[in-house]
Amino acid sequence: MTNPHRLRAQGATLAYGDRTVTTDLDLSIATGKVTAIVGANGCGKSTLLRALSRLIAPRSGQIVLDGKDLHRLPAKEVARVLGLLPQSPIAPEGIVVSDLVGRGRHPHQRLLAGWTAKDYASVAAALEATGTVALADRPVDELSGGQRQRVWIAMALAQETDILLLDEPTTFLDLAYQLEVLDLLTDLNRSRGTTVVMVLHDLNLAARYADELVAMKDGAVVAQGDPGDVVTRELIASVFGLECRVIADPVSGAPLVLPSGRHHVAT
Amino acid sequence: MTVLDERATATAHSVMAGRRRRLRRRALVVGALASAVAVTYLVSLMVGNTFYGLDQVWQVVRGDDVPGASFAVGELRLPRASLAVLAGAAFGLAGVTFQTMLRNPLASPDIIGISSGATTAAVCGIVVLGLDETPVSFLSLAAALATAGVIYLLSNKNGFAGTRLILIGIGVAAFLDAMTAYVLSRASEWDLQAAMQWITGSLNGATWTRVLPLAVACAVLVPVLLLAGRDLGALRLGDDAAAALGVRVRTARIVLILSAVALLAFATAACGPIAFVAFMAGPIAARIVGSGGSMLLPAALVGALLVLLADLVGQYAFDNRYPVGVVTGVLGAPFLLYLLSRSNRSGGSL
Repeated sequence: MTNPHRLRAQGATLAYGDRTVTTDLDLSIATGKVTAIVGANGCGKSTLLRALSRLIAPRSGQIVLDGKDLHRLPAKEVARVLGLLPQSPIAPEGIVVSDLVGRGRHPHQRLLAGWTAKDYASVAAALEATGTVALADRPVDELSGGQRQRVWIAMALAQETDILLLDEPTTFLDLAYQLEVLDLLTDLNRSRGTTVVMVLHDLNLAARYADELVAMKDGAVVAQGDPGDVVTRELIASVFGLECRVIADPVSGAPLVLPSGRHHVAT
Repeated sequence: MTVLDERATATAHSVMAGRRRRLRRRALVVGALASAVAVTYLVSLMVGNTFYGLDQVWQVVRGDDVPGASFAVGELRLPRASLAVLAGAAFGLAGVTFQTMLRNPLASPDIIGISSGATTAAVCGIVVLGLDETPVSFLSLAAALATAGVIYLLSNKNGFAGTRLILIGIGVAAFLDAMTAYVLSRASEWDLQAAMQWITGSLNGATWTRVLPLAVACAVLVPVLLLAGRDLGALRLGDDAAAALGVRVRTARIVLILSAVALLAFATAACGPIAFVAFMAGPIAARIVGSGGSMLLPAALVGALLVLLADLVGQYAFDNRYPVGVVTGVLGAPFLLYLLSRSNRSGGSL
């Protein structure tokens, strides 16, 4: 399974109105790997993800997909290569799971044409992969938060893109569901070779699940690479302004950050 | 074939079966709505001061000369009922397009000031400028589009926000309604009569010359809206999710707004802003058909049915005859309160 698509930011300056978030940022996304972007609130990680997914255009520089400027490519063509799960998508009232998942087929469908056999097969595969087959005919309104998040990921899977970007896919989920979602994304990466890029809040889960960790501070990438190399005491102090110890996670072997606050610190 | 393939095929089949089942049910309900519109249309051709049977109505439609019926049905009832269907459908479509796009039932163009723009312009045209019917229609059309443009531009500052558009629209509506009231207070008796149609909305005096521009507008704009309906469906997932699915969000939004406002403006030019039809049609259709799929066609049918029924009620249910807008207005206000109380509980979108 070879994934031919390359995504990178080249000298990208990103801004909202007068507020410049990042200046002259360069970043290559590792193809066929799971990348997690981490950083403190307001460091520009979500903005970077929005730019990578074509939601905002760089003020200067460009986002490059397979050697071409992402913002000059037709929207529909991009949507067949690059999928995005936004932070808070909205489920239309009354829609059932398989119809919502079917919305992921939008960029593959033609105007006025009904669903093809391929559409049904892709939706079925997405439901299988996310363990939501039993929910297929249920209204999305009735699902729990964890089930709903799996359905949204199923929609992104039905889009069948080689690159999948996710903005904090584990927020608001119980710990068990957080692991479930990250396991699911890892399965997807391992079985289909999908390039996964996600913004994650939880540093330890990011270090455990990412092949490649991107740490951002004040709109700049300060470190990128294997979590084992990136997560150090010094980096955490600089990026999060936090004293900590870093040990090997006894479960996964990935680095585990143990932060020290002002209280409850054994001397 | 491996076990895995078999399971995948079985899942695809059950997805297909579920989808076909929902589409069939929807077709059934939409078909029933369409039949209700057709029956009510026929009834309003038959009843009136004199009752004419279906056979006589058919003769008139075919072009035969039937004493009495040719005038009553051919010149009065036929244009009136046709205007009711076209205007109702246009109001329903325009309303549900805005409500779906902005994910809020309050976002209907008759709540956010676009209808008020048409009314204010028409009343000014009649009272201040002393214009005739046709120029007044064009003036109101231009005013509806201009009002929509102003509201869109004001709400588009620092990025588009649906809630801001609704609030700005309600403010604009209040301002325009005050202007209308001011102009009316200085109007002569005679002008007041003509201006009233532009305030409540009425099918009185419906003629083919009034129906024709609306019919042409419907023939052009309804297909445009229905084609844009796919993008509208994606926009319901949120702007970011729609963009990720390859929808050009800003273009889609402008196409939807322009065609919905133009439909509304042509309908308003033909019969005035029949109160609350644009606002009620979508939510009623959602209750009947279910809100999972596209609401465009169901809302058009509900809009047509509302106007037809309200006009029958207004004409024949009481000793006095009331314009259709009075009847829909009386229905619409409690419906608004119901939707408000409901949205406070569930925060639902349609």
